[in-house]
Amino acid sequence: MTIKPVKIRGKIKDGTAKIKALMPHPMETGTRRDANDQVIPAHFIEEVVCELNGAMTLKAEWGASVSKNPYFAFKINSAKPGDVVKISWTDNLGESSSGELTLK
Amino acid sequence: MKGQLTRRRLIQGLMSVVALSAVPLQLLARAKGAFEATKKDAVYKAVFGDLPIVESTDVKMKIPDIAENGAVVPVSVSTSIEGVEGIFVIIDNNPNPLSASFHMGPSSAADISVRVKMGKSSIVRGMVKTADKVYMTSQEVKVTIGGCGG
Repeated sequence: MTIKPVKIRGKIKDGTAKIKALMPHPMETGTRRDANDQVIPAHFIEEVVCELNGAMTLKAEWGASVSKNPYFAFKINSAKPGDVVKISWTDNLGESSSGELTLK
Repeated sequence: MKGQLTRRRLIQGLMSVVALSAVPLQLLARAKGAFEATKKDAVYKAVFGDLPIVESTDVKMKIPDIAENGAVVPVSVSTSIEGVEGIFVIIDNNPNPLSASFHMGPSSAADISVRVKMGKSSIVRGMVKTADKVYMTSQEVKVTIGGCGG
Protein backbone atom coordinates (compact mmCIF):
# COMPACT_ATOMS: atom_id res chain seq x y z
CA MET A 1 0.00 0.00 0.00
CA THR A 2 1.27 3.44 -0.80
CA ILE A 3 0.72 5.77 2.09
CA LYS A 4 -1.10 8.91 1.10
CA PRO A 5 -1.24 12.19 2.98
CA VAL A 6 -4.32 13.25 4.94
CA LYS A 7 -6.56 15.62 2.99
CA ILE A 8 -7.89 18.42 5.13
CA ARG A 9 -10.44 21.13 4.45
CA GLY A 10 -11.47 23.73 6.97
CA LYS A 11 -13.70 26.75 7.26
CA ILE A 12 -14.04 29.32 10.01
CA LYS A 13 -17.52 30.50 10.84
CA ASP A 14 -18.23 32.73 13.84
CA GLY A 15 -14.91 31.83 15.42
CA THR A 16 -15.46 28.09 15.19
CA ALA A 17 -13.51 26.13 12.63
CA LYS A 18 -15.16 23.10 11.08
CA ILE A 19 -12.44 20.73 9.96
CA LYS A 20 -13.01 17.83 7.60
CA ALA A 21 -10.38 15.23 6.93
CA LEU A 22 -10.08 12.28 4.58
CA MET A 23 -7.47 9.62 5.25
CA PRO A 24 -6.90 7.15 2.46
CA HIS A 25 -6.54 3.79 4.22
CA PRO A 26 -7.86 0.22 3.61
CA MET A 27 -9.20 -0.23 7.19
CA GLU A 28 -9.20 -4.03 7.01
CA THR A 29 -11.04 -5.59 9.94
CA GLY A 30 -9.16 -8.88 9.92
CA THR A 31 -12.39 -10.85 9.49
CA ARG A 32 -12.70 -10.67 5.71
CA ARG A 33 -11.45 -13.44 3.43
CA ASP A 34 -10.00 -13.10 -0.04
CA ALA A 35 -10.92 -15.11 -3.15
CA ASN A 36 -8.75 -18.03 -1.94
CA ASP A 37 -10.48 -18.11 1.43
CA GLN A 38 -7.43 -16.69 3.18
CA VAL A 39 -8.06 -14.26 6.00
CA ILE A 40 -7.02 -10.74 5.02
CA PRO A 41 -4.96 -9.51 7.98
CA ALA A 42 -6.28 -6.62 10.05
CA HIS A 43 -4.90 -3.26 8.99
CA PHE A 44 -6.58 -0.19 10.41
CA ILE A 45 -5.89 3.24 11.83
CA GLU A 46 -5.65 3.06 15.61
CA GLU A 47 -4.91 6.61 16.54
CA VAL A 48 -5.56 10.02 15.05
CA VAL A 49 -4.01 13.10 16.58
CA CYS A 50 -5.19 16.61 15.73
CA GLU A 51 -2.96 19.51 16.56
CA LEU A 52 -3.73 23.22 16.53
CA ASN A 53 -0.57 25.33 16.18
CA GLY A 54 1.46 22.41 17.47
CA ALA A 55 -0.63 21.68 20.57
CA MET A 56 -2.79 18.58 20.68
CA THR A 57 -6.44 19.51 20.58
CA LEU A 58 -8.10 16.17 19.97
CA LYS A 59 -7.07 12.54 19.98
CA ALA A 60 -9.19 9.85 18.40
CA GLU A 61 -8.78 6.14 18.97
CA TRP A 62 -10.44 3.88 16.48
CA GLY A 63 -11.24 0.24 16.13
CA ALA A 64 -11.38 -1.67 12.86
CA SER A 65 -15.04 -0.80 12.38
CA VAL A 66 -14.39 2.70 11.10
CA SER A 67 -15.12 2.76 7.37
CA LYS A 68 -12.51 2.39 4.65
CA ASN A 69 -10.81 5.68 3.72
CA PRO A 70 -12.06 7.31 6.93
CA TYR A 71 -13.83 10.62 6.84
CA PHE A 72 -13.59 12.55 10.05
CA ALA A 73 -15.00 15.96 10.90
CA PHE A 74 -14.68 17.95 14.09
CA LYS A 75 -14.81 21.53 15.35
CA ILE A 76 -12.25 23.80 16.94
CA ASN A 77 -13.36 26.66 19.18
CA SER A 78 -11.85 30.12 18.97
CA ALA A 79 -10.00 29.49 15.73
CA LYS A 80 -8.60 32.36 13.74
CA PRO A 81 -7.13 32.79 10.27
CA GLY A 82 -3.51 31.70 10.16
CA ASP A 83 -3.96 28.86 12.66
CA VAL A 84 -2.31 25.66 11.52
CA VAL A 85 -4.24 22.41 11.85
CA LYS A 86 -2.27 19.20 11.61
CA ILE A 87 -3.82 15.76 11.54
CA SER A 88 -1.75 12.61 11.75
CA TRP A 89 -2.65 8.94 12.07
CA THR A 90 -0.89 5.77 13.12
CA ASP A 91 -2.19 2.32 12.18
CA ASN A 92 -1.84 -1.09 13.83
CA LEU A 93 1.18 -1.92 11.63
CA GLY A 94 3.01 1.19 12.78
CA GLU A 95 2.56 3.09 9.55
CA SER A 96 1.67 6.74 9.73
CA SER A 97 0.82 9.76 7.67
CA SER A 98 -0.27 13.32 8.21
CA GLY A 99 -1.60 16.45 6.61
CA GLU A 100 -1.58 20.14 7.39
CA LEU A 101 -3.87 23.05 6.71
CA THR A 102 -3.51 26.75 7.39
CA LEU A 103 -6.92 28.21 8.17
CA LYS A 104 -8.06 31.18 6.14
CA MET B 1 26.38 -19.86 45.80
CA LYS B 2 27.63 -18.18 42.71
CA GLY B 3 25.01 -19.87 40.58
CA GLN B 4 22.29 -18.79 43.00
CA LEU B 5 23.46 -15.23 42.85
CA THR B 6 23.36 -15.05 39.10
CA ARG B 7 19.95 -16.64 39.02
CA ARG B 8 18.72 -14.11 41.53
CA ARG B 9 20.30 -11.37 39.49
CA LEU B 10 18.64 -12.74 36.41
CA ILE B 11 15.25 -12.81 38.07
CA GLN B 12 15.71 -9.32 39.45
CA GLY B 13 16.72 -8.16 36.00
CA LEU B 14 13.69 -9.76 34.46
CA MET B 15 11.43 -8.24 37.09
CA SER B 16 12.74 -4.76 36.42
CA VAL B 17 12.28 -5.22 32.70
CA VAL B 18 8.70 -6.30 33.33
CA ALA B 19 8.15 -3.34 35.65
CA LEU B 20 9.63 -0.91 33.14
CA SER B 21 7.68 -2.21 30.18
CA ALA B 22 4.48 -2.20 32.21
CA VAL B 23 4.56 1.56 32.67
CA PRO B 24 4.54 2.69 29.02
CA LEU B 25 1.92 0.04 28.28
CA GLN B 26 -0.34 1.64 30.84
CA LEU B 27 0.29 5.08 29.40
CA LEU B 28 -0.29 3.97 25.84
CA ALA B 29 -3.33 2.15 27.14
CA ARG B 30 -5.70 3.14 24.28
CA ALA B 31 -8.01 1.19 26.55
CA LYS B 32 -6.78 -1.83 24.58
CA GLY B 33 -9.29 -4.23 26.03
CA ALA B 34 -12.08 -1.84 25.10
CA PHE B 35 -11.60 -2.25 21.38
CA GLU B 36 -11.22 -6.00 21.68
CA ALA B 37 -14.22 -6.50 23.93
CA THR B 38 -17.03 -8.40 22.26
CA LYS B 39 -19.89 -7.31 24.53
CA LYS B 40 -21.01 -3.77 25.17
CA ASP B 41 -20.96 -4.29 28.93
CA ALA B 42 -17.29 -5.20 28.75
CA VAL B 43 -16.69 -2.05 26.71
CA TYR B 44 -18.49 0.04 29.34
CA LYS B 45 -16.31 -1.45 32.06
CA ALA B 46 -13.08 -0.93 30.12
CA VAL B 47 -13.86 2.63 29.07
CA PHE B 48 -16.03 4.11 31.79
CA GLY B 49 -15.13 2.00 34.82
CA ASP B 50 -17.76 2.57 37.48
CA LEU B 51 -19.10 5.89 36.20
CA PRO B 52 -22.91 5.97 36.16
CA ILE B 53 -24.46 5.91 32.68
CA VAL B 54 -27.58 8.01 32.13
CA GLU B 55 -29.77 8.53 29.09
CA SER B 56 -29.75 12.15 28.05
CA THR B 57 -31.43 14.23 25.37
CA ASP B 58 -28.51 16.65 25.56
CA VAL B 59 -26.49 14.19 23.52
CA LYS B 60 -27.41 14.59 19.87
CA MET B 61 -26.67 11.79 17.46
CA LYS B 62 -27.28 11.96 13.75
CA ILE B 63 -27.37 8.60 12.01
CA PRO B 64 -29.70 7.18 9.34
CA ASP B 65 -32.58 4.89 10.50
CA ILE B 66 -31.87 2.63 7.56
CA ALA B 67 -28.36 2.19 6.25
CA GLU B 68 -28.41 0.81 2.73
CA ASN B 69 -24.73 0.05 2.84
CA GLY B 70 -23.38 -1.13 6.18
CA ALA B 71 -19.82 -0.46 5.05
CA VAL B 72 -20.34 3.29 5.22
CA VAL B 73 -22.71 4.60 7.88
CA PRO B 74 -22.25 8.29 8.62
CA VAL B 75 -22.63 9.16 12.30
CA SER B 76 -22.36 12.50 14.08
CA VAL B 77 -22.36 13.01 17.82
CA SER B 78 -22.52 16.39 19.48
CA THR B 79 -23.52 17.74 22.85
CA SER B 80 -24.00 20.97 24.74
CA ILE B 81 -22.92 19.36 28.02
CA GLU B 82 -19.97 21.10 29.70
CA GLY B 83 -16.73 19.41 30.62
CA VAL B 84 -16.73 16.71 27.96
CA GLU B 85 -13.72 14.42 28.18
CA GLY B 86 -14.58 12.03 25.44
CA ILE B 87 -17.12 10.91 22.88
CA PHE B 88 -17.64 7.24 22.09
CA VAL B 89 -19.50 5.43 19.34
CA ILE B 90 -20.67 1.95 20.28
CA ILE B 91 -22.44 -0.46 17.93
CA ASP B 92 -24.03 -3.26 19.98
CA ASN B 93 -24.12 -5.99 17.34
CA ASN B 94 -20.68 -5.49 15.79
CA PRO B 95 -18.05 -8.15 16.59
CA ASN B 96 -16.27 -5.46 18.62
CA PRO B 97 -18.91 -2.97 19.75
CA LEU B 98 -16.57 -0.05 20.43
CA SER B 99 -16.03 1.60 17.08
CA ALA B 100 -14.42 4.94 17.74
CA SER B 101 -13.49 7.16 20.64
CA PHE B 102 -12.54 10.82 20.67
CA HIS B 103 -10.69 12.52 23.49
CA MET B 104 -11.35 16.23 23.67
CA GLY B 105 -8.60 18.71 24.19
CA PRO B 106 -8.92 22.29 25.44
CA SER B 107 -10.00 23.89 22.16
CA SER B 108 -11.99 21.15 20.49
CA ALA B 109 -15.77 21.35 20.51
CA ALA B 110 -17.84 18.31 21.46
CA ASP B 111 -19.02 17.75 17.92
CA ILE B 112 -17.61 15.00 15.73
CA SER B 113 -18.58 13.16 12.56
CA VAL B 114 -17.19 9.90 11.29
CA ARG B 115 -18.24 6.97 9.12
CA VAL B 116 -18.48 3.48 10.57
CA LYS B 117 -19.05 -0.07 9.38
CA MET B 118 -21.98 -2.11 10.64
CA GLY B 119 -22.14 -5.89 10.25
CA LYS B 120 -25.92 -6.03 10.73
CA SER B 121 -28.81 -4.07 12.13
CA SER B 122 -27.99 -2.84 15.59
CA ILE B 123 -28.52 -0.28 18.27
CA VAL B 124 -25.92 2.46 17.94
CA ARG B 125 -24.97 4.45 21.00
CA GLY B 126 -23.42 7.88 21.20
CA MET B 127 -21.84 8.28 24.61
CA VAL B 128 -20.37 11.39 26.19
CA LYS B 129 -18.00 11.02 29.11
CA THR B 130 -17.53 13.74 31.68
CA ALA B 131 -15.58 13.60 34.94
CA ASP B 132 -18.43 12.12 36.97
CA LYS B 133 -21.04 10.77 34.56
CA VAL B 134 -21.58 9.21 31.17
CA TYR B 135 -24.43 10.57 29.06
CA MET B 136 -25.91 8.36 26.38
CA THR B 137 -28.26 8.47 23.48
CA SER B 138 -29.10 5.51 21.29
CA GLN B 139 -30.85 4.70 18.06
CA GLU B 140 -31.63 1.55 16.16
CA VAL B 141 -30.17 1.38 12.67
CA LYS B 142 -31.35 -1.18 10.14
CA VAL B 143 -28.71 -2.40 7.74
CA THR B 144 -29.67 -3.77 4.34
CA ILE B 145 -26.19 -4.90 3.25
CA GLY B 146 -23.61 -5.75 5.93
CA GLY B 147 -20.26 -4.01 6.07
CA CYS B 148 -18.10 -6.67 7.67
CA GLY B 149 -17.31 -9.60 5.44
CA GLY B 150 -18.14 -8.08 2.05
